[in-house]
Amino acid sequence: MSLFEQTWAWLTDPLQWSGYSSIPTRLGEHIFYTLLTVAIASAIALPIGAYVGHTGRGRVVVVAIAGALRAVPTLGLLVLFVLLSGIGLMPPIWALVILTVPPILAGTYSGIAAVDPVVVDAARAQGMREFQILFGVELPNAAPVIFGGIRAAVLQVIATATVVAYTSLGGLGRYIFDGLALSDYPQMLGGSVLVAALAVVADLVLGVLLRRLGPHSVSKRELPAPEVLKEGMP
Amino acid sequence: MEWAAANAGRILSLAGQHLVLAIVPLLLGLVISLPLAQLVRRHPAWRTALLTLSSVLYTVPSLALFIILPVVLGTRILDPVNVIVALTVYAVALLMRSALDSLDSVDGELSLAARALGHTAVSRYFQVDLPLSLPVLIAGLRAISVSNISLVSVAALVGMPNLGILFTEGLQRDFVTEIVVGLVAILVLALIMDLLLVVLGRVLSPWARFASGAAPRKPVTPARRAVRG
Repeated sequence: MSLFEQTWAWLTDPLQWSGYSSIPTRLGEHIFYTLLTVAIASAIALPIGAYVGHTGRGRVVVVAIAGALRAVPTLGLLVLFVLLSGIGLMPPIWALVILTVPPILAGTYSGIAAVDPVVVDAARAQGMREFQILFGVELPNAAPVIFGGIRAAVLQVIATATVVAYTSLGGLGRYIFDGLALSDYPQMLGGSVLVAALAVVADLVLGVLLRRLGPHSVSKRELPAPEVLKEGMP
Repeated sequence: MEWAAANAGRILSLAGQHLVLAIVPLLLGLVISLPLAQLVRRHPAWRTALLTLSSVLYTVPSLALFIILPVVLGTRILDPVNVIVALTVYAVALLMRSALDSLDSVDGELSLAARALGHTAVSRYFQVDLPLSLPVLIAGLRAISVSNISLVSVAALVGMPNLGILFTEGLQRDFVTEIVVGLVAILVLALIMDLLLVVLGRVLSPWARFASGAAPRKPVTPARRAVRG
Protein backbone atom coordinates (compact mmCIF):
# COMPACT_ATOMS: atom_id res chain seq x y z
CA MET A 1 0.00 0.00 0.00
CA SER A 2 1.49 3.35 -0.98
CA LEU A 3 1.98 6.19 1.45
CA PHE A 4 -0.91 8.11 -0.07
CA GLU A 5 -3.25 5.17 0.34
CA GLN A 6 -2.06 4.67 3.92
CA THR A 7 -2.63 8.34 4.68
CA TRP A 8 -6.03 8.20 3.07
CA ALA A 9 -6.81 5.09 5.08
CA TRP A 10 -5.72 6.91 8.24
CA LEU A 11 -7.84 9.95 7.40
CA THR A 12 -10.93 7.90 6.64
CA ASP A 13 -10.57 5.37 9.45
CA PRO A 14 -13.75 5.54 11.57
CA LEU A 15 -11.43 5.47 14.62
CA GLN A 16 -10.28 8.97 13.71
CA TRP A 17 -13.79 10.34 13.62
CA SER A 18 -15.05 9.62 17.13
CA GLY A 19 -13.65 9.63 20.62
CA TYR A 20 -11.09 11.55 22.66
CA SER A 21 -8.37 12.08 20.07
CA SER A 22 -10.59 12.07 17.00
CA ILE A 23 -10.14 14.54 14.18
CA PRO A 24 -13.23 16.60 15.10
CA THR A 25 -11.96 16.95 18.70
CA ARG A 26 -8.44 17.93 17.62
CA LEU A 27 -9.82 20.33 15.05
CA GLY A 28 -12.07 21.87 17.69
CA GLU A 29 -9.10 22.26 20.05
CA HIS A 30 -7.07 23.88 17.32
CA ILE A 31 -9.82 26.36 16.49
CA PHE A 32 -10.41 27.03 20.20
CA TYR A 33 -6.72 27.88 20.80
CA THR A 34 -6.76 30.11 17.75
CA LEU A 35 -9.89 32.03 18.76
CA LEU A 36 -8.75 32.37 22.38
CA THR A 37 -5.35 33.70 21.34
CA VAL A 38 -6.70 36.13 18.76
CA ALA A 39 -9.33 37.39 21.23
CA ILE A 40 -6.75 38.10 23.96
CA ALA A 41 -4.29 39.60 21.49
CA SER A 42 -6.98 41.82 19.97
CA ALA A 43 -8.02 43.01 23.43
CA ILE A 44 -4.43 44.14 23.96
CA ALA A 45 -3.48 45.36 20.48
CA LEU A 46 -6.64 47.13 19.30
CA PRO A 47 -6.79 49.81 22.06
CA ILE A 48 -3.04 50.45 21.94
CA GLY A 49 -3.04 50.59 18.14
CA ALA A 50 -6.05 52.93 18.15
CA TYR A 51 -4.43 55.22 20.71
CA VAL A 52 -1.10 55.36 18.89
CA GLY A 53 -2.73 55.74 15.49
CA HIS A 54 -5.05 58.52 16.68
CA THR A 55 -2.58 60.57 18.72
CA GLY A 56 0.64 59.64 16.94
CA ARG A 57 2.24 59.32 20.37
CA GLY A 58 4.58 56.41 21.07
CA ARG A 59 4.77 55.52 17.39
CA VAL A 60 8.50 54.81 17.41
CA VAL A 61 8.24 52.59 20.47
CA VAL A 62 5.34 50.56 19.07
CA VAL A 63 7.00 50.06 15.69
CA ALA A 64 10.27 49.02 17.36
CA ILE A 65 8.59 46.56 19.73
CA ALA A 66 6.42 45.07 17.00
CA GLY A 67 9.45 44.66 14.77
CA ALA A 68 11.55 43.04 17.48
CA LEU A 69 8.75 40.64 18.42
CA ARG A 70 8.63 39.47 14.81
CA ALA A 71 12.18 38.18 15.11
CA VAL A 72 11.45 36.09 18.22
CA PRO A 73 11.32 32.42 17.27
CA THR A 74 7.97 30.91 18.19
CA LEU A 75 9.38 27.62 19.29
CA GLY A 76 11.87 29.19 21.71
CA LEU A 77 9.27 31.41 23.32
CA LEU A 78 6.84 28.54 23.65
CA VAL A 79 9.37 26.21 25.23
CA LEU A 80 10.53 28.96 27.59
CA PHE A 81 6.99 29.72 28.79
CA VAL A 82 6.22 26.07 29.36
CA LEU A 83 9.42 25.48 31.32
CA LEU A 84 8.97 28.58 33.45
CA SER A 85 5.27 28.40 34.21
CA GLY A 86 4.49 24.75 33.87
CA ILE A 87 2.08 22.64 31.91
CA GLY A 88 -1.46 23.82 31.41
CA LEU A 89 -3.58 25.66 28.91
CA MET A 90 -2.39 29.19 29.54
CA PRO A 91 1.45 29.19 29.29
CA PRO A 92 1.47 28.20 25.60
CA ILE A 93 -1.49 30.49 24.94
CA TRP A 94 0.40 33.46 26.39
CA ALA A 95 3.37 32.64 24.18
CA LEU A 96 0.99 32.63 21.21
CA VAL A 97 -0.53 35.94 22.33
CA ILE A 98 2.89 37.61 22.38
CA LEU A 99 3.43 36.54 18.79
CA THR A 100 -0.05 37.59 17.71
CA VAL A 101 -0.01 41.13 19.09
CA PRO A 102 2.43 42.58 16.48
CA PRO A 103 0.39 41.96 13.31
CA ILE A 104 -2.84 43.21 14.90
CA LEU A 105 -1.07 46.21 16.42
CA ALA A 106 0.64 47.04 13.14
CA GLY A 107 -2.64 46.75 11.21
CA THR A 108 -4.58 48.92 13.66
CA TYR A 109 -1.91 51.55 13.99
CA SER A 110 -1.04 51.85 10.32
CA GLY A 111 -4.69 51.65 9.25
CA ILE A 112 -5.65 54.59 11.44
CA ALA A 113 -2.52 56.55 10.64
CA ALA A 114 -3.24 56.13 6.92
CA VAL A 115 -6.71 57.73 7.10
CA ASP A 116 -6.64 60.90 5.02
CA PRO A 117 -5.86 63.80 7.42
CA VAL A 118 -8.24 65.98 5.40
CA VAL A 119 -11.11 63.68 6.36
CA VAL A 120 -10.12 63.77 10.02
CA ASP A 121 -9.81 67.56 9.98
CA ALA A 122 -13.19 67.86 8.29
CA ALA A 123 -14.72 65.74 11.07
CA ARG A 124 -13.06 67.94 13.66
CA ALA A 125 -14.30 71.07 11.91
CA GLN A 126 -17.85 69.68 12.05
CA GLY A 127 -17.49 69.69 15.83
CA MET A 128 -16.93 65.97 16.41
CA ARG A 129 -15.18 65.07 19.65
CA GLU A 130 -11.94 63.08 19.56
CA PHE A 131 -13.75 59.89 20.57
CA GLN A 132 -16.37 60.44 17.89
CA ILE A 133 -13.62 60.97 15.35
CA LEU A 134 -11.92 57.75 16.41
CA PHE A 135 -15.05 55.60 16.38
CA GLY A 136 -17.04 57.37 13.67
CA VAL A 137 -14.35 58.28 11.17
CA GLU A 138 -10.97 56.69 11.74
CA LEU A 139 -11.95 53.13 12.74
CA PRO A 140 -14.49 52.65 9.91
CA ASN A 141 -12.01 53.99 7.38
CA ALA A 142 -9.21 51.88 8.75
CA ALA A 143 -11.37 48.73 9.01
CA PRO A 144 -9.99 46.94 5.92
CA VAL A 145 -6.39 47.34 7.09
CA ILE A 146 -7.29 46.36 10.67
CA PHE A 147 -9.15 43.24 9.50
CA GLY A 148 -6.21 42.49 7.22
CA GLY A 149 -3.96 42.50 10.28
CA ILE A 150 -6.34 40.21 12.15
CA ARG A 151 -6.51 37.86 9.15
CA ALA A 152 -2.72 37.61 9.07
CA ALA A 153 -2.77 37.04 12.83
CA VAL A 154 -5.33 34.22 12.60
CA LEU A 155 -3.26 32.40 9.96
CA GLN A 156 -0.15 32.83 12.03
CA VAL A 157 -1.85 31.39 15.11
CA ILE A 158 -3.22 28.42 13.16
CA ALA A 159 0.35 27.69 12.03
CA THR A 160 1.87 28.25 15.44
CA ALA A 161 -0.80 26.32 17.34
CA THR A 162 0.52 23.27 15.50
CA VAL A 163 3.83 23.69 17.29
CA VAL A 164 2.00 24.02 20.62
CA ALA A 165 1.33 20.28 20.54
CA TYR A 166 5.06 19.78 21.02
CA THR A 167 4.69 20.87 24.64
CA SER A 168 1.53 19.65 26.26
CA LEU A 169 -1.57 20.76 24.43
CA GLY A 170 -3.75 19.06 21.86
CA GLY A 171 -4.79 20.43 18.52
CA LEU A 172 -3.96 19.05 15.10
CA GLY A 173 -0.23 19.23 15.80
CA ARG A 174 -0.75 16.27 18.17
CA TYR A 175 -0.93 13.93 15.15
CA ILE A 176 2.36 15.26 13.81
CA PHE A 177 4.27 14.74 17.05
CA ASP A 178 2.58 11.46 17.97
CA GLY A 179 3.32 10.23 14.46
CA LEU A 180 6.91 11.41 14.77
CA ALA A 181 7.36 9.56 18.06
CA LEU A 182 5.91 6.36 16.62
CA SER A 183 7.55 6.74 13.17
CA ASP A 184 3.98 6.61 11.91
CA TYR A 185 4.36 8.60 8.70
CA PRO A 186 0.75 8.29 7.51
CA GLN A 187 -0.42 9.86 10.78
CA MET A 188 2.09 12.72 10.48
CA LEU A 189 1.15 13.30 6.88
CA GLY A 190 -2.56 13.14 7.67
CA GLY A 191 -2.11 15.70 10.46
CA SER A 192 -0.09 17.97 8.18
CA VAL A 193 -2.70 17.81 5.45
CA LEU A 194 -5.42 18.68 7.97
CA VAL A 195 -3.46 21.68 9.28
CA ALA A 196 -2.76 22.92 5.76
CA ALA A 197 -6.43 22.49 4.83
CA LEU A 198 -7.56 24.35 7.95
CA ALA A 199 -5.24 27.27 7.16
CA VAL A 200 -6.34 27.52 3.54
CA VAL A 201 -10.04 27.30 4.41
CA ALA A 202 -9.66 29.85 7.23
CA ASP A 203 -7.92 32.24 4.83
CA LEU A 204 -10.72 31.85 2.29
CA VAL A 205 -13.46 32.35 4.88
CA LEU A 206 -11.75 35.43 6.32
CA GLY A 207 -11.25 36.82 2.82
CA VAL A 208 -14.97 36.50 2.10
CA LEU A 209 -15.88 38.00 5.50
CA LEU A 210 -13.49 40.87 4.87
CA ARG A 211 -15.24 41.70 1.63
CA ARG A 212 -18.66 41.46 3.28
CA LEU A 213 -17.73 43.55 6.32
CA GLY A 214 -15.67 46.08 4.44
CA PRO A 215 -16.71 49.73 4.83
CA HIS A 216 -17.44 49.95 1.12
CA SER A 217 -20.67 48.02 1.53
CA VAL A 218 -21.58 50.25 4.47
CA SER A 219 -20.81 53.49 2.70
CA LYS A 220 -22.67 52.40 -0.42
CA ARG A 221 -25.70 51.52 1.63
CA GLU A 222 -25.79 54.43 4.04
CA LEU A 223 -24.12 57.33 2.32
CA PRO A 224 -25.45 58.44 -1.05
CA ALA A 225 -22.64 59.37 -3.40
CA PRO A 226 -22.26 63.09 -4.04
CA GLU A 227 -24.26 64.35 -7.02
CA VAL A 228 -21.18 65.38 -8.98
CA LEU A 229 -19.68 61.93 -8.71
CA LYS A 230 -22.92 60.23 -9.67
CA GLU A 231 -23.14 62.11 -12.93
CA GLY A 232 -19.64 61.17 -13.87
CA MET A 233 -20.24 57.50 -13.12
CA PRO A 234 -21.09 55.09 -15.90
CA MET B 1 26.96 32.40 30.33
CA GLU B 2 29.21 29.62 31.57
CA TRP B 3 27.14 27.07 29.75
CA ALA B 4 27.27 29.13 26.56
CA ALA B 5 31.06 29.53 26.87
CA ALA B 6 31.55 25.82 27.51
CA ASN B 7 29.44 24.93 24.48
CA ALA B 8 30.56 27.76 22.21
CA GLY B 9 31.86 25.40 19.54
CA ARG B 10 28.62 23.50 19.26
CA ILE B 11 26.51 26.68 19.33
CA LEU B 12 28.59 28.20 16.55
CA SER B 13 28.30 25.14 14.37
CA LEU B 14 24.52 25.04 14.94
CA ALA B 15 24.39 28.75 14.10
CA GLY B 16 26.28 28.05 10.88
CA GLN B 17 23.81 25.36 9.86
CA HIS B 18 21.00 27.70 10.85
CA LEU B 19 22.35 30.48 8.63
CA VAL B 20 22.75 28.22 5.61
CA LEU B 21 19.16 27.00 5.95
CA ALA B 22 17.95 30.60 6.20
CA ILE B 23 20.06 32.28 3.51
CA VAL B 24 19.93 29.77 0.66
CA PRO B 25 16.12 30.06 0.37
CA LEU B 26 16.44 33.85 0.41
CA LEU B 27 18.78 33.81 -2.59
CA LEU B 28 16.80 31.13 -4.41
CA GLY B 29 13.62 33.09 -3.79
CA LEU B 30 15.15 36.19 -5.33
CA VAL B 31 16.50 34.32 -8.35
CA ILE B 32 13.14 32.65 -8.99
CA SER B 33 10.70 35.45 -8.23
CA LEU B 34 12.31 38.31 -10.15
CA PRO B 35 12.19 36.72 -13.63
CA LEU B 36 8.80 35.22 -12.82
CA ALA B 37 7.42 38.63 -11.83
CA GLN B 38 8.81 40.17 -15.02
CA LEU B 39 7.25 37.38 -17.10
CA VAL B 40 3.74 37.69 -15.71
CA ARG B 41 3.78 41.43 -15.24
CA ARG B 42 1.95 42.25 -18.45
CA HIS B 43 -0.39 39.28 -18.36
CA PRO B 44 -3.22 39.93 -15.89
CA ALA B 45 -4.57 36.38 -15.99
CA TRP B 46 -1.20 34.76 -15.26
CA ARG B 47 -0.48 37.40 -12.70
CA THR B 48 -3.68 36.73 -10.78
CA ALA B 49 -3.18 32.98 -11.02
CA LEU B 50 0.37 33.18 -9.73
CA LEU B 51 -0.49 35.57 -6.91
CA THR B 52 -3.38 33.34 -5.85
CA LEU B 53 -1.16 30.27 -5.89
CA SER B 54 1.50 32.09 -3.86
CA SER B 55 -0.96 33.20 -1.25
CA VAL B 56 -2.35 29.67 -0.91
CA LEU B 57 1.15 28.22 -0.55
CA TYR B 58 2.10 30.97 1.88
CA THR B 59 -0.86 29.94 4.03
CA VAL B 60 0.37 26.38 4.56
CA PRO B 61 2.02 26.19 8.02
CA SER B 62 5.75 25.46 7.94
CA LEU B 63 5.70 22.34 10.11
CA ALA B 64 3.08 20.80 7.83
CA LEU B 65 5.11 21.74 4.76
CA PHE B 66 8.28 20.20 6.25
CA ILE B 67 6.40 16.92 6.52
CA ILE B 68 4.44 17.05 3.26
CA LEU B 69 7.43 17.98 1.09
CA PRO B 70 9.46 14.77 1.53
CA VAL B 71 6.53 12.89 0.02
CA VAL B 72 6.28 15.30 -2.91
CA LEU B 73 10.03 15.50 -3.52
CA GLY B 74 10.86 11.89 -2.68
CA THR B 75 13.46 12.99 -0.12
CA ARG B 76 14.04 11.61 3.35
CA ILE B 77 12.40 13.49 6.20
CA LEU B 78 15.73 14.69 7.63
CA ASP B 79 17.02 15.97 4.29
CA PRO B 80 17.89 19.71 4.56
CA VAL B 81 16.48 20.05 1.03
CA ASN B 82 12.97 19.90 2.54
CA VAL B 83 13.58 22.96 4.69
CA ILE B 84 15.27 24.82 1.87
CA VAL B 85 12.45 24.09 -0.57
CA ALA B 86 9.76 24.97 2.00
CA LEU B 87 11.36 28.29 2.88
CA THR B 88 12.02 29.02 -0.80
CA VAL B 89 8.33 28.54 -1.47
CA TYR B 90 7.50 31.14 1.18
CA ALA B 91 10.21 33.47 -0.10
CA VAL B 92 8.96 33.26 -3.69
CA ALA B 93 5.36 33.75 -2.54
CA LEU B 94 6.24 36.91 -0.64
CA LEU B 95 8.79 38.29 -3.09
CA MET B 96 6.47 37.81 -6.09
CA ARG B 97 4.09 40.31 -4.55
CA SER B 98 6.91 42.69 -3.55
CA ALA B 99 8.48 42.47 -6.98
CA LEU B 100 5.22 43.13 -8.80
CA ASP B 101 4.30 45.99 -6.46
CA SER B 102 7.73 47.54 -6.77
CA LEU B 103 7.86 47.25 -10.56
CA ASP B 104 4.39 48.81 -10.69
CA SER B 105 5.56 51.65 -8.49
CA VAL B 106 8.24 52.69 -10.99
CA ASP B 107 7.06 55.86 -12.65
CA GLY B 108 5.82 55.13 -16.18
CA GLU B 109 7.36 58.32 -17.53
CA LEU B 110 10.76 57.21 -16.31
CA SER B 111 10.46 54.00 -18.28
CA LEU B 112 9.44 55.99 -21.34
CA ALA B 113 12.34 58.39 -20.84
CA ALA B 114 14.72 55.45 -20.59
CA ARG B 115 13.31 54.09 -23.82
CA ALA B 116 13.74 57.48 -25.47
CA LEU B 117 17.36 57.47 -24.38
CA GLY B 118 17.86 54.29 -26.31
CA HIS B 119 17.74 51.62 -23.60
CA THR B 120 16.79 48.20 -24.88
CA ALA B 121 14.18 46.31 -22.88
CA VAL B 122 16.87 44.30 -21.10
CA SER B 123 19.12 47.21 -20.21
CA ARG B 124 16.09 49.24 -19.14
CA TYR B 125 15.11 46.46 -16.77
CA PHE B 126 18.55 46.19 -15.19
CA GLN B 127 19.48 49.87 -15.21
CA VAL B 128 16.17 51.59 -14.55
CA ASP B 129 13.31 49.38 -13.36
CA LEU B 130 15.26 47.07 -11.08
CA PRO B 131 17.33 49.73 -9.27
CA LEU B 132 14.24 51.87 -8.74
CA SER B 133 12.31 48.99 -7.25
CA LEU B 134 15.15 48.15 -4.87
CA PRO B 135 13.72 49.78 -1.73
CA VAL B 136 10.55 47.70 -1.91
CA LEU B 137 12.52 44.56 -2.74
CA ILE B 138 14.87 45.12 0.18
CA ALA B 139 11.86 45.58 2.46
CA GLY B 140 10.53 42.23 1.22
CA LEU B 141 13.90 40.56 1.70
CA ARG B 142 14.13 41.89 5.26
CA ALA B 143 10.72 40.47 6.11
CA ILE B 144 11.68 37.09 4.65
CA SER B 145 15.06 37.02 6.34
CA VAL B 146 13.52 37.61 9.77
CA SER B 147 10.79 35.04 9.29
CA ASN B 148 13.20 32.48 7.75
CA ILE B 149 15.53 32.65 10.71
CA SER B 150 12.62 32.09 13.07
CA LEU B 151 11.14 29.31 10.90
CA VAL B 152 14.34 27.32 10.55
CA SER B 153 14.15 26.58 14.28
CA VAL B 154 10.80 24.83 13.72
CA ALA B 155 12.65 22.29 11.59
CA ALA B 156 14.45 21.20 14.77
CA LEU B 157 11.16 19.58 15.81
CA VAL B 158 11.62 16.91 13.16
CA GLY B 159 15.29 16.58 14.18
CA MET B 160 17.06 18.91 11.75
CA PRO B 161 20.26 20.26 13.38
CA ASN B 162 20.17 24.06 13.86
CA LEU B 163 19.81 26.48 16.75
CA GLY B 164 16.24 25.22 17.31
CA ILE B 165 17.80 22.04 18.71
CA LEU B 166 18.70 24.10 21.80
CA PHE B 167 14.96 24.57 22.40
CA THR B 168 13.95 20.95 22.07
CA GLU B 169 16.93 19.81 24.10
CA GLY B 170 16.32 22.48 26.74
CA LEU B 171 12.74 21.35 27.17
CA GLN B 172 13.68 17.70 27.46
CA ARG B 173 16.41 18.45 30.00
CA ASP B 174 14.37 21.07 31.87
CA PHE B 175 17.24 23.50 31.32
CA VAL B 176 16.18 27.15 30.93
CA THR B 177 19.69 28.49 30.22
CA GLU B 178 19.94 26.50 27.02
CA ILE B 179 16.62 27.90 25.77
CA VAL B 180 17.58 31.47 26.61
CA VAL B 181 20.93 31.04 24.83
CA GLY B 182 19.06 29.72 21.79
CA LEU B 183 16.64 32.66 21.83
CA VAL B 184 19.46 35.20 22.11
CA ALA B 185 21.52 33.50 19.40
CA ILE B 186 18.57 33.52 16.99
CA LEU B 187 17.74 37.16 17.74
CA VAL B 188 21.38 38.12 17.14
CA LEU B 189 21.39 36.25 13.82
CA ALA B 190 18.18 37.98 12.75
CA LEU B 191 19.57 41.37 13.74
CA ILE B 192 22.85 40.85 11.85
CA MET B 193 21.03 39.71 8.71
CA ASP B 194 18.69 42.67 8.93
CA LEU B 195 21.56 45.14 9.30
CA LEU B 196 23.37 43.55 6.36
CA LEU B 197 20.29 43.94 4.17
CA VAL B 198 19.81 47.56 5.23
CA VAL B 199 23.44 48.34 4.41
CA LEU B 200 23.13 46.49 1.11
CA GLY B 201 20.07 48.56 0.25
CA ARG B 202 21.90 51.80 1.07
CA VAL B 203 24.93 50.83 -0.98
CA LEU B 204 22.87 49.75 -3.98
CA SER B 205 20.62 52.82 -4.03
CA PRO B 206 22.87 55.79 -3.22
CA TRP B 207 20.32 58.27 -4.63
CA ALA B 208 17.82 57.34 -1.90
CA ARG B 209 19.93 59.23 0.64
CA PHE B 210 19.22 62.47 -1.16
CA ALA B 211 15.61 61.70 -1.89
CA SER B 212 14.21 62.09 1.63
CA GLY B 213 11.84 65.02 1.60
CA ALA B 214 11.22 64.64 -2.11
CA ALA B 215 7.70 64.28 -3.43
CA PRO B 216 5.98 61.29 -1.80
CA ARG B 217 5.75 58.33 -4.08
CA LYS B 218 2.73 56.17 -4.49
CA PRO B 219 2.67 54.00 -1.36
CA VAL B 220 3.16 50.34 -1.98
CA THR B 221 0.86 47.97 -0.15
CA PRO B 222 2.98 46.18 2.42
CA ALA B 223 3.14 42.50 1.76
CA ARG B 224 1.67 40.22 4.36
CA ARG B 225 4.60 39.29 6.43
CA ALA B 226 3.53 37.37 9.46
CA VAL B 227 6.19 35.43 11.24
CA ARG B 228 4.93 31.94 11.11
CA GLY B 229 5.38 29.02 13.46
